[in-house]
Amino acid sequence: MKLRKRLIVLGGRTFSDVKTWMAESFIYAGGLAVLLSETVFSIWSMPLRKRQILEQMNKIGVASFPIIFLISLFTGIVLALQSAYQLQQMSAEMYIASLVALSITRELGPVLTALIVAGRSGAAIAAELGTMKVTEQIEALETLSANPVQYLVVPRFIALIIMVPLLTVYADFFGIVGGYFIGVSKLHITSSMYLKMTCDPLAVKDVMTGIIKSGFFAVVICIISCFEGMNSHGGAEGVGKSTTSSVVRSFILIIMADCFFTALFYFIGR
Amino acid sequence: MIELKNIYKTFNRKTILKNFNLTVKTGESLVIIGRSGCGKSVSLKHMIGIMRPDSGEVMIDGTDITKVSRRELDAIRMKFGMLFQGAALFDSLSVLENVGFQLFEYTDMSFREIRQRVWECLSMVGLQGIEKMKPAALSGGMQKRVALARAISMKPEIILFDEPTTGVDPITGDIINKLIRHLHDSLKMTSITVTHDMKSAYQIADRIAMLYEKEIIEIGTPEEIRCSKNKIIKQFINGEAEGPITSGEGSRF
Repeated sequence: MKLRKRLIVLGGRTFSDVKTWMAESFIYAGGLAVLLSETVFSIWSMPLRKRQILEQMNKIGVASFPIIFLISLFTGIVLALQSAYQLQQMSAEMYIASLVALSITRELGPVLTALIVAGRSGAAIAAELGTMKVTEQIEALETLSANPVQYLVVPRFIALIIMVPLLTVYADFFGIVGGYFIGVSKLHITSSMYLKMTCDPLAVKDVMTGIIKSGFFAVVICIISCFEGMNSHGGAEGVGKSTTSSVVRSFILIIMADCFFTALFYFIGR
Repeated sequence: MIELKNIYKTFNRKTILKNFNLTVKTGESLVIIGRSGCGKSVSLKHMIGIMRPDSGEVMIDGTDITKVSRRELDAIRMKFGMLFQGAALFDSLSVLENVGFQLFEYTDMSFREIRQRVWECLSMVGLQGIEKMKPAALSGGMQKRVALARAISMKPEIILFDEPTTGVDPITGDIINKLIRHLHDSLKMTSITVTHDMKSAYQIADRIAMLYEKEIIEIGTPEEIRCSKNKIIKQFINGEAEGPITSGEGSRF
């Protein structure tokens, strides 16, 4: 009898927790949707702040070149080596080049780039806006008749939409270069064969699917980072929580979106 | 004129303002006093529309700002200047860009004219020559004075001060009090100050309003407040630990 009562109470609490979690998730999703629509509306209805957009493009894009270069280069090397294990057993080393090119352009290029930008720039955006929120700078903007979304979010949104796809193409190139470097120097593939097996299977749609994904990832990073930052509270601890939350949630949504787009492009392409 | 009528405001089911009524006459300097956390800053933020009441009206020169569009509200806010408790200067901008923010955004003034106007505002607060500095390089008192210069750059009709002397040394506090009074008298603005510093209140105010238990319990001239027979007001203005305000909080000593 006691056990039955305990189970009922536990079940009730669990149901209540799940209910609360679902309600909070819907409120969060609604908040993101409102911010996204306000951002898009502001782009079309108000003059753009060109200087701020260029500053953000420099911070987000240009400053990310070194890390994207290193990570994509080593990813290409690792991918070539890992695929060599199996392909050499079937005397099919020449397909290493194709595998590296297609994997990088369709998947690893856009996803790794987005994850790097989310961890680097997304966190910085959340921290900056979070600090502004807890020090009342965002309220100060409103008192000066400035729209915080138009002043803070729109330049970052445009900068991310432009730079993340460009960084993806940059990552694709150096990922393939990494594979080429290891394939030609250590895996006994000739240079001409490697280039031929890279270019032959690679279609425009392979690169374009990666770029389309990266554009969507850019929207995810911007909206989540800005939303988390602008809703920070509780001083430095709150800013820290928002920054962590923006990175974790961006990562989860990027992977979920990647899964969705991969399935979508697969079934469209059939 | 500013009127707050029957304002009701809650946060996370905790009532902050209840049946809050206040009228501020054009051209007067009103000070709202009350204990820390009683809702003074909340009432101030309602006046400029950065908080919205759960119910009630906020009338600015006859317009209820709780019912206007975003664009209309931004236009009404051009009448206001506000000094925040923590100054709230924009970290990424220089002092020139902070003080000249609205001039850059909303006027056709040339850079030279804006620089001249910024110099005038900084001179009024005794800080000329620091235009190129960033807020992080300034002391707390200097940040507050720069924020004051920003608040007056567009010559607003109404200026709001949120705890202007909190966190600064007594000398800087007195400088800020005298500045506020001087700006009010010389620029003929309506000013509303929120503070728990009674010395500041007596220096600045034409009238003082006491906020207690979510509503205004008394309003009068500094002399009337000083001579008030209300035990709650007496305890507050004399800064006494024991009295009706703290009677339900248990003995600490």
